[in-house]
Amino acid sequence: MSNLLTRRRFLAQSAVIGCSAAASPLLTPVSFASAPWDTRLVVILLRGGMDGLDVVQPYGDPAFAAARSTLPVGPARGAIDLDGFFAMHGALAPLEPLWRAGDLGFVQAASTPYRDKRSHFDGQDLLEAGTMSLDGARDGWLNRLLGLQPGVTAETAYALGRAQMKMMIGDAPHSVWAPDTGFDMSPQALRLAELVMRDDPQLADALAEAARLSEEEARLDEADGDAGRRGDHLAVADFAADQLRGEARVASFSIGGWDTHARQQVEMGRALGRLSATILALQSGVGADVWQKTAVVVVTEFGRTLRENGTRGTDHGTGGAMMLAGGAVAGGRVYGAWPGLDEADLFDRRDLMPTSDVRGHLGWILRGMTGLGQSDIETTVFPGLDMGRDPGLLL
Amino acid sequence: MGFSPQLAEIRFGCGLSPRQPEPARADDMLAGLTGPDDMAARFPVESFDEFLPRLRADQANRKARAAAVGTDAYPDADATYKAARQDMRLALIGWAGQHMQRRIQTQTAFRERLVDFWTDHLTAYGKAGMIQGSTPAYVDDAIRPHVAGRFEDMLFASATHPVMLHFLDQRASLGPNSPDQQRAVARGRVGVGLNENLAREILELHTLGVDGPYSQADVRQLAELLTGLTFNVRGGFRYRPSMSEPGTEEILGKTYGAHGTGLDTVRAVLTDLARHPATYRHLSHKLAVHFVGDTPDPDLVDALDAAFQDGQGALMPVYEVLLNHPASWATPLGNAKPPFDFVTSSLRALDAPDRLFEDMKRGLFLRSFDRPLRAMGQRWLRPPGPDGFPEDDGNWFTPQGVASRMAWAMSVPQDIRLDLPDPRGFVDVALGPFATEPVRFAAAAAESRPEAIGLVLTSPAFQRR
Repeated sequence: MSNLLTRRRFLAQSAVIGCSAAASPLLTPVSFASAPWDTRLVVILLRGGMDGLDVVQPYGDPAFAAARSTLPVGPARGAIDLDGFFAMHGALAPLEPLWRAGDLGFVQAASTPYRDKRSHFDGQDLLEAGTMSLDGARDGWLNRLLGLQPGVTAETAYALGRAQMKMMIGDAPHSVWAPDTGFDMSPQALRLAELVMRDDPQLADALAEAARLSEEEARLDEADGDAGRRGDHLAVADFAADQLRGEARVASFSIGGWDTHARQQVEMGRALGRLSATILALQSGVGADVWQKTAVVVVTEFGRTLRENGTRGTDHGTGGAMMLAGGAVAGGRVYGAWPGLDEADLFDRRDLMPTSDVRGHLGWILRGMTGLGQSDIETTVFPGLDMGRDPGLLL
Repeated sequence: MGFSPQLAEIRFGCGLSPRQPEPARADDMLAGLTGPDDMAARFPVESFDEFLPRLRADQANRKARAAAVGTDAYPDADATYKAARQDMRLALIGWAGQHMQRRIQTQTAFRERLVDFWTDHLTAYGKAGMIQGSTPAYVDDAIRPHVAGRFEDMLFASATHPVMLHFLDQRASLGPNSPDQQRAVARGRVGVGLNENLAREILELHTLGVDGPYSQADVRQLAELLTGLTFNVRGGFRYRPSMSEPGTEEILGKTYGAHGTGLDTVRAVLTDLARHPATYRHLSHKLAVHFVGDTPDPDLVDALDAAFQDGQGALMPVYEVLLNHPASWATPLGNAKPPFDFVTSSLRALDAPDRLFEDMKRGLFLRSFDRPLRAMGQRWLRPPGPDGFPEDDGNWFTPQGVASRMAWAMSVPQDIRLDLPDPRGFVDVALGPFATEPVRFAAAAAESRPEAIGLVLTSPAFQRR
């Protein structure tokens, strides 16, 4: 291992080597262009289909407890009352102070235009494409947002974590990185790797990005004193917060573990624990000033069935819930028209009926955060969307 | 360009090797599929039936431990429980080594690739607890024996295997009007009933495809038809009529029989789904993407589709078309090797000994293989979801994916104490006719032998196929 440098030594040396290596990605001039806007947007995609009815429980509707034979329902069984009708799942208790401070809110009964087949993969693809259908979808809505803004650089927006974020894919510059990758090699080996990959743009670009981002991470580690590894979601949240304190304006990543077909009580508790810890890590990571201008938007591909299934879980459904956090959001409220839970009120007589389009809420948030015009949102970011009335999700 | 032995070994096999000869003709590759399965015999794993005693012991250990809570017997009971779990984890590491060795030592490499292709197509794994150790059993029980047979037989073996019944929650699914459900309701039991997970994935992923001609009603009907499929730790797979929904079900417009002969009905519907034109189309496209390129020649897909139809789902005629179609040989190296394939083809090129993993310490295995594979984006036999690992090259060649491959290729070959070969000769061993001048230059110019080997292994010609 003697000729493998530690990352820090590699970086210290690369400044010297760089003088003769004109193509070194480490020499890419750092952009000091001022960021195009000042607010911070974090989009968290919960992959697997979060049961919005378990997270924001309509315990005031008697039909709800009747449909959940074993899953606990309402404040009497550990949930936290929100407004006398809805209660949030008990595993969100760490976020209760945010709710009280108006930094946490929910949208109930929202969905993308996706219907009927209830496939995770198509549902996620449609949510990330932001389109009416998957026909011809080739880039993500976050990328199209970036494409409409002047002054966007690769440091403006980050897609983080090991799962690919299709919502960020497209022509507009952005960064993709999974923290804690580990990238230690001699400067000579790096130069030779650049040579070997020179004629393969896909590999060459990935290598150049890896070099740039590992340098970034090393600098942050040095500044923070390495806190050590605490789970992927927290590593991602910490890295995102570090970027958002600086030039970054958008970060997106996903958290899995929501496909609760069986033993939902246990699985949901764990998944919400991860989500709560992630949001708190973002809050403390960006600091009080940046938190005031931050909106964290949590979305999922669909909700789940009203009725509990035969294995103490729920199956794929339609209408779901969104979560909003941050100083920029008008929290302390559950938004969305409530469709009711009587059999006739349900979608396909089994799922919560969607009463609003997830993209409409996202559209109004983008409008408020970035100043983008409504027509740009309705034609480019979310083509075919009718934004309707402003639901007032932001302060 | 027609058949090339080296391209055959790279694109349809497990990579070039200094020891294993490349196939001379496409016919030899096909003949290898129907010959004896040397690798399964030489590098065996436990079947599910052989695994069952572990599940039984685990159940008993858990019971004993629960009964001992608060007594002096607890530490012993807890130790027994944990030792059995640890024994399974060690066995699982051994089976991961066997899986890798099959790829390193085989002379019928197309079989190993097909096993992994179909395993991914019909993804299932043990999710948590003791049953996590039985995923290799699923592969060898349900997939491997059928790769040269008929798709409908593989589908039936997969859909009735305990690991699949566990993975997609079929095991406890009860027909709404089944005797078991009615008894449960009468006793006031809650939390029991129908689960449509397996039914949905059979239609969406295993057969027709998400764009296929089915509706939510078909999902529901198939879920009711599948009730009765279950297993227990005493005897493994069971069909239990008392769980099964009585009456007929209508799927894709066809009515399936009154129950009583329940398992035959399951076989009948799975055979129909396996032989559906939409299934043939779906499978043809997947095979072409997996083996040839992300945007395959439409003529290749059509030819595979025609072979499926002519053979009514027999797989050998499909492979024959795949190996003889001009597009299979004219397409340049493009598909990204997924991390497991990257690591095992590296070991094959390095001529790793067939006893490499014997007696390897658990920590070394985890450090050298398990964790690096995860960092590259692939957990062994644990895809991110029931749809398997992604095919899209861009998914693997991310900054962290490429960085992790480089870190592995430059450190692990020397860490596991292989005598590293001369890098200049290794270029030809690993890349054959696909070696380029920049790779030759880098192999000679690197500061150290491990870095030179790592540069050859991370060259585009080695990472793509």
